Amino acid sequence: MDYALQQLLNALAFGAEYSLVALGLAVVFSIMGLVNFAHGEIIGVSAYSVFLAAALGLTSPIVAVLLAIAAAALAAVAFERVAFRPVRYAPTTTGLLTAFGVSIVVQNLFMLLISPKPQSVSILNGLNQMWFFGPFAVSSLQVMELIVSGLTILALVLFLNRSTLGLAIRAASRDFATVRLMGIRANRVIATAFAISGALAGIAAVFIMARRGSVSPDLGFSLVLKAFVACVIGGFGSLPGAAVGGMLLGFIEVGLLVALPQEYGGFKDALTYVIIVALLVYRPEGLLGQRVELGDKEI
Amino acid sequence: MLSVEAVSKTFGGVQALRSASLSCAAGEILGLIGPNGAGKSTLVNAIAGVLKPDAGSVKLAGNEITGHGPEHCARAGVGRTFQTIRLFRDLTVRQNVEVAHITCRSVRPDVAARIGVDRLLAQYQLDGFADVPAGTLSYGSQRRLEIARALALGPLLLLLDEPAAGLNEDESETLAVAIEGIRRDVGCATIVIDHDLRFINRLCDRLCVMDQGQVIASGQTEEVWRDPRVIEVYVGQSETS
Repeated sequence: MDYALQQLLNALAFGAEYSLVALGLAVVFSIMGLVNFAHGEIIGVSAYSVFLAAALGLTSPIVAVLLAIAAAALAAVAFERVAFRPVRYAPTTTGLLTAFGVSIVVQNLFMLLISPKPQSVSILNGLNQMWFFGPFAVSSLQVMELIVSGLTILALVLFLNRSTLGLAIRAASRDFATVRLMGIRANRVIATAFAISGALAGIAAVFIMARRGSVSPDLGFSLVLKAFVACVIGGFGSLPGAAVGGMLLGFIEVGLLVALPQEYGGFKDALTYVIIVALLVYRPEGLLGQRVELGDKEI
Repeated sequence: MLSVEAVSKTFGGVQALRSASLSCAAGEILGLIGPNGAGKSTLVNAIAGVLKPDAGSVKLAGNEITGHGPEHCARAGVGRTFQTIRLFRDLTVRQNVEVAHITCRSVRPDVAARIGVDRLLAQYQLDGFADVPAGTLSYGSQRRLEIARALALGPLLLLLDEPAAGLNEDESETLAVAIEGIRRDVGCATIVIDHDLRFINRLCDRLCVMDQGQVIASGQTEEVWRDPRVIEVYVGQSETS
């Protein structure tokens, strides 16, 4: 029972983290059609900001959390302003290559200006403790990850559904050109989308730092690949799809870890992708994505 | 209200607009007609800021809006509908109108308070469908919703690109009455592009006829239909077809 509960919590915590990062990708993609592979470096900027602040004497975990989120939001807006805005109306592949370029440049800046080696960050270690509920012992970090991710997604849903800017963002995600013809300022909508995306990455960065206790130049890259997969599972561009896809990916990974005999544990990633491919054969548009009519190409 | 002076636009080797000029006063309904490929939609796109003209100027209420981009033109008071309906299909009918009303509240708050989203929905018989996704409306209702959304901007100039396309005779008549209502209630300049000449003749105060990127005739409706160049474009066309 204890083991089952622990694995359920593992799946929910991993899923929540994937969902947060996948939502960040999906918010930007739904408006700009840009797969922002530099999203991982936003997580990196967030983590290194906390590392530098701690090196300069910051000791408050609360301030560190706020700094992580603010730094990520600012970095995302800065990436948009400097790198993505000039190629906003260029073909999709240009945006994709720009994102890879930003990712490589920022990773190299981390290596050159700080260090290519992992650096210890202990300021958030206090988040990672064991909590005891009667006979059950659970990781405080996983519980917080689940609750904070749930509340963040709820706040995002409320913002998108109840606020004026949220309505503009939702309309822009359907038809950006028409929204501009309604007088909605494109720069404002896109900057807000990047800020939201960055804040989500910042929250994810807090949990990553608390779990790992260190930062490294490639901190967010593998997580962004997972988030990309989560977006594909859910249906690229669909915000509910990103959240559902992230959660499902967490359950698939943890489910395989539990189900596979120990000697076959190395097949976890391969089998994860087999399941995802099977899912996409059944629903090529993803779980909540919209099917695109392809005419003759459907044959 | 609207003054378009000698606007030209070339796409590759094709000159889509050749020094096209027109004007439309507040409260006036101007019909913009011409055969396919005449440059009507290109001209509308130049006025709405979607296309940047190579030469010429577009002024609205005395303000230069040439090539300022769609957001600026919309905020300056250009509202439009589209040849192919472009609603936010999975947003509700009310939300479609609210998106445009956001701009109106920001740039013309007095007008925004007067027109109101609920009032527009009622005026265009959409209040019963306010909370359903726009994509589920009938074709005629979607056309009305596009107009309501354009009016939610509180426009000084309304561009209606083939508003009667696909409508039956009764629906076209209802639409014509609605557009006349806009002149009465809003008083904006209105430009209507349509191939339905009966609809255009019934509705418009003046006509502007385009062919091969040029304005070949402009003036009162009866006067324009007597113009030999217009007769050649339309009668010549029907003879060949």
